[in-house]
Amino acid sequence: MPAVSKGDGMRGLAVFISDIRNCKSKEAEIKRINKELANIRSKFKGDKALDGYSKKKYVCKLLFIFLLGHDIDFGHMEAVNLLSSNKYTEKQIGYLFISVLVNSNSELIRLINNAIKNDLSSRNPTFMCLALHCIANVGSREMAEAFAGEIPRILVAGDTMDSVKQSAALCLLRLYKASPDLVLMGEWTSRVVHLLNDQHMGVVTAAISLITCLSSKNPDEFKTCVSLAVSRLSRIVSSASTDLQDYTYYFVPAPWLSCKLLRLLQCYPPPEDGAVKGRLVECLETILNKAQEPPKSKKVQHSNAKNAILFEAISLIIHYDSEPNLLVRACNQLGQFLQHRETNLRYLALESMCTLASSEFSHEAVKTHIETVINALKTERDVSVRQRAADLLYAMCDRSNAKQIVAEMLSYLETADYSIREEMVLKVAILAEKYAVDYSWYVDTILNLIRIAGDYVSEEVWYRVIQIVINRDDVQGYAAKTVFEALQAPACHENMVKVGGYILGEFGNLIAGDPRSSPLVQFNLLHSKFHLCSVPTRALLLSAYIKFINLFPETKATIQEVLRSDSQIRNSDVELQQRAVEYLKLSSIASTDVLATVLEEMPPFPERESSILAKLKKKKGPGAVSVELEDGKERGELNGGADRGGEAAIAASNASTPSPSSDLLGLRSAAPVGGPAPSAGSLLVDVFSEAGPAASSTRVNDDGFLSSAPPSAASEDPAPPLPESDELLNKFVCKNNGVLFENQLLQIGIKSEYRQNLGRMYLFYGNKTSVQFVSFTTTVSCPGELQSQLNVQTKPVEPLVEGGAQVQQVINIECLTDFVDAPLLNIKFRYGGALQNITLKLPVTINKFFQPTEMAAADFFQRWKQLSQPQQEAQKIFKASHGMDTEVLKAKLLGLGTALLENVDPNPENYVCAGVIQTKIQQVGCLLRLEPNAQAQPGEQMYRLTLRSSKDTVSQRVCDLLAEQF
Amino acid sequence: MIGGLFIYNHKGEVLISRVYRDDIGRNAVDAFRVNVIHARQQVRSPVTNIARTSFFHVKRSNIWLAAVTKQNVNAAMVFEFLYKMCDVMTAYFGKISEENIKNNFVLIYELLDEILDFGYPQNSETGALKTFITQTGIKSQSKEEQSQITSQVTGQIGWRREGIKYRRNELFLDVLESVNLLMSPQGQVLSAHVSGRVVMKSYLSGMPECKFGMNDKIVIDKQGKGGATDEAGKSGGGGGKQSIAIDDCTFHQCVRLSKFDAERSISFIPPDGECELMRYRTTKDIILPFRVIPLVREVGRTKLEVKVVIKSNFKPSLLAQKIEVRIPTPLNTSGVQVICMKGKAKYKASENAIVWKIKRMAGMKESQISAEIELLPTNDKKKWARPPISMNFEVPFAPSGLKVRYLKVFEPKLNYSDHDVIKWVRYIGRSGIYETRC
Repeated sequence: MPAVSKGDGMRGLAVFISDIRNCKSKEAEIKRINKELANIRSKFKGDKALDGYSKKKYVCKLLFIFLLGHDIDFGHMEAVNLLSSNKYTEKQIGYLFISVLVNSNSELIRLINNAIKNDLSSRNPTFMCLALHCIANVGSREMAEAFAGEIPRILVAGDTMDSVKQSAALCLLRLYKASPDLVLMGEWTSRVVHLLNDQHMGVVTAAISLITCLSSKNPDEFKTCVSLAVSRLSRIVSSASTDLQDYTYYFVPAPWLSCKLLRLLQCYPPPEDGAVKGRLVECLETILNKAQEPPKSKKVQHSNAKNAILFEAISLIIHYDSEPNLLVRACNQLGQFLQHRETNLRYLALESMCTLASSEFSHEAVKTHIETVINALKTERDVSVRQRAADLLYAMCDRSNAKQIVAEMLSYLETADYSIREEMVLKVAILAEKYAVDYSWYVDTILNLIRIAGDYVSEEVWYRVIQIVINRDDVQGYAAKTVFEALQAPACHENMVKVGGYILGEFGNLIAGDPRSSPLVQFNLLHSKFHLCSVPTRALLLSAYIKFINLFPETKATIQEVLRSDSQIRNSDVELQQRAVEYLKLSSIASTDVLATVLEEMPPFPERESSILAKLKKKKGPGAVSVELEDGKERGELNGGADRGGEAAIAASNASTPSPSSDLLGLRSAAPVGGPAPSAGSLLVDVFSEAGPAASSTRVNDDGFLSSAPPSAASEDPAPPLPESDELLNKFVCKNNGVLFENQLLQIGIKSEYRQNLGRMYLFYGNKTSVQFVSFTTTVSCPGELQSQLNVQTKPVEPLVEGGAQVQQVINIECLTDFVDAPLLNIKFRYGGALQNITLKLPVTINKFFQPTEMAAADFFQRWKQLSQPQQEAQKIFKASHGMDTEVLKAKLLGLGTALLENVDPNPENYVCAGVIQTKIQQVGCLLRLEPNAQAQPGEQMYRLTLRSSKDTVSQRVCDLLAEQF
Repeated sequence: MIGGLFIYNHKGEVLISRVYRDDIGRNAVDAFRVNVIHARQQVRSPVTNIARTSFFHVKRSNIWLAAVTKQNVNAAMVFEFLYKMCDVMTAYFGKISEENIKNNFVLIYELLDEILDFGYPQNSETGALKTFITQTGIKSQSKEEQSQITSQVTGQIGWRREGIKYRRNELFLDVLESVNLLMSPQGQVLSAHVSGRVVMKSYLSGMPECKFGMNDKIVIDKQGKGGATDEAGKSGGGGGKQSIAIDDCTFHQCVRLSKFDAERSISFIPPDGECELMRYRTTKDIILPFRVIPLVREVGRTKLEVKVVIKSNFKPSLLAQKIEVRIPTPLNTSGVQVICMKGKAKYKASENAIVWKIKRMAGMKESQISAEIELLPTNDKKKWARPPISMNFEVPFAPSGLKVRYLKVFEPKLNYSDHDVIKWVRYIGRSGIYETRC
């Protein structure tokens, strides 16, 4: 808006504005505006035509009123009239009004476009510029449609003035950003690229913005710009600062243009042409050299401009990541900045170094600055800089300096800002896990972490510790000991209690030998924290208690007392109450072997991406942790864990509401033989009659502590049996019920019973989705010679499985003679049109047809000796993979189907079993002896398993099957 | 209860800030300024909730009074208090303006200390307050006076002190009513009610016991129709209506409510000076003093013809005053020509309305205005919403039909009787929101 001067004053406008400013209240202002609006209306309505000056004045007033926040619904016509004026000031006000107040009113748009067109085709550069500015300011689709063809022509025409070219380039950029589909460069491409060679630096600067934007969308078309940009850059860089006159800024030649050129080059890979590349490298070297020169001016603008170019050059070097020499030089340069006075520079240096650290060439160079960075972390006054320092430490960490960095970060954590603590915790947790050489260090670090910054330790972090401890049996003892010690602190964080509860519940037995940490001491320690904890933690502790009952029968009375107390069994929290009631019943009703099965040690977690890493990624967005993803190898050797949700999800997906029948009723009739087929309603629960109560109560808190159901095996490979199916088969050697298979769509539960040589198996197919499965068919086949060994009959299932529903299939099995392979179960169905094809092995193994045989010691040894032929015996010596808990072992042996004979073997440590395998053709007597060396160190415990039977194939097969179980 | 009280000027600067409870922090002052006074959209609700804090405000000219609380208070009570506080301040220093508040801020704090205690409203009777909060500097009071004030303020009749003496026992009674109406263009009443106040100014000696009677339907019906005919219709406008149905009413604290509940008689010992004896509201059988007949015709897109006739509908002997008719004009008005038979009419651009003023008008008369409005064609498709024509006036009767039947004064200790008291009764009916759609 023109200043209020004498000649072109618009006094009325000035008076109006000062009136408005002097208004005492909002009401007064509105009154004044209403009055003015009425005045303008009467003026516009008036019969005599207004001259340009008054028109301009009134349009200005309207504009001012609009900017104050009032609606303006007239005056557009007058503004459009102003566009056709020949006076610059009038035209300018017209354009101003249009670009502020334009609405997509059809008739006016046509008039406006017409006026703009006239101006564009006029020879007057100021008018052309005004029109271009208006197009860019409005930037609407209509504008783009009308002028997208015109502007490139103006841009590349030979006779266009430089200033107009500049405006045209920026206007085109704006239109392209607003509606890229309407701006078609096509034929103009090469001519636009050649604008880089323009004499006028302003044109080049404007054009390069356009080219950068265009080439980021379609790099191939603009490939030619690389060499032009390089030559332009080298001309600028090598020019003396006086050459460019107007474009020299505080002794730096064309800093903005240089930055833009460098940024454009970052859109492309390093140039292939050797000459061009050489020239570019030369340029970059010159820029790096210049950074070393003493500054030509003390002004801050000079150093800012110089550093801007330098940082842009460094990011180009990082982008190319192919010139080790340059990378190292860049790194050194940044190293100098790390100690610079200027905070912004230190920040930028740390930030750039983060990216440098991920390059293989400069990683070592970055590592040399570790002391400085650690210092920055400790002494920097600005939190954002400290944050960058922490990022950099994280990025530069590797096996050689992990211990140092983790220790530094841990010590910093005590004083760290609250805003970055959680992220720091995650980083420490990841680094500790990733570079852990020995896992006791890892456990120490994480427990330290919880102690120092317990509030910021997210669920994922402590989940992860537990995953790792469970998967690594060599640290379990150490972890139990450390946790026990940590818990002895008078005040410890709730997360510590969680970890402690979980680990002691699982591995408390490993430190129970020490009288200082006897079972009762452990329990009392945990229980002393109980009342200070939140409900989820208490629930977890209750689960730990029931596990204690299993691990240490001597604590049973004490724990039952605790469970029975009113504060548990009548707790107002439903979850706690349910757990207390169920655990109490479980401990008092179930026999030791049932307890041992239900409360079996957690199976190892399947390998997956670390959940902490996922969390950090979520926190920082993808890319920030790209460093870790590259060394997947390294992670492979760590015992990665799983998302712990996995197990609990099995239970969760099964029963959406806590079913009342999930109580212990199912447990009492643990093995109903030949009972009537359960009704549909209780199917879900019955399938889990063993794991039922535990699973249903763990579901809510998702701590997946007790569920002994196998981890899900998710795979959608069709036709051939799933790779895991053998493993699945092994899970069912010692038990008859459970979940056979589960993926995102389908869950298959199994319940089976055997008598003599006959078996009946109930398969429950649960549709986990909300969509129905169509043409659902299942077939059971016996491949090869199995056909003659096993007789399998199935009843067909309904072809339609509704969403969330479950169908049942009964399979009758008759064992003709002994067999090795398992029958195959093939399931086909359509889900949302896609055919799903899954093949599994049915868990039918020879041991299912065992009839237990009780016999006295003398009897046993007599028979043992009878079966002394070498082929009748099968023996295996193998390493214990699950620890040697007596109860668990007993439960497994019972699950095998044989009778467990007590007081037979002279060595009470050994287990002896006997049974007869019933087939249609013959009966095969079978004797078993399992000798553990329980005294050995954990990790070196071995078993010797000997089987003798009247048939060699049977001995071998049972031996093989059983060897996988311990 | 009220947690704090703030007074702002029109710019949102705090003039008075008094916090009574700890739950109101300093940021509450700013919260109100930012969210209400400087709000982007004009705030129309008198109650605003910001961050679990309630702000009740009233505006007097350019001054905002805001009561703040975090509790669930009785909103009506808070507003009653705010109005009362405005009355008190007016009684002390006249018009509530920034200037006056700045000049009297010590006094205002003193008053606030007295009329609110820990957020609970206390005695806000101006007469009583004036006995111990004075503007005439420190006046050392004698022991007797002090103890008298104490016993009066804490006693049963806190609003009147003993030992008042007047040479002439006088009593003024004003029945002030405001009539509200919304009428359809065809003359159908869409909603109408009268809210009235009976204001009493008494200069009576001693502790007089007063009894006030009016033509309340319930009382009249109880007494039978015999007694009241001669008094009714003496000064009224419309018909010879004998009794009115009062929808609801509230009384000054001096009225004995137990007696009103039992026998529906209004008896009281009045405070000295002015007080608002009762407030009431009626909705039935309202006398509408004026009828507005609008006629709007659109001639093409750029012209509008408006003709408005007003008819006075009361006894020809009475004169209405200060009549003002406000005819809204469209937002794209570019010119107006007005012709009226009586009074003066003018187009006020700043208010987007034609304002027609008539000084005086007798009953059963008729007057007319016609205007031609020129419009500017606009791009806006929005049609003009045609706001209603509103009207202001003042008439010397009560549009509700309320009549004062008697006001008896008994002073058993001093020897003056009801007949010695000079009594004045005045009826004023004003327009509230008196609108007719067009």
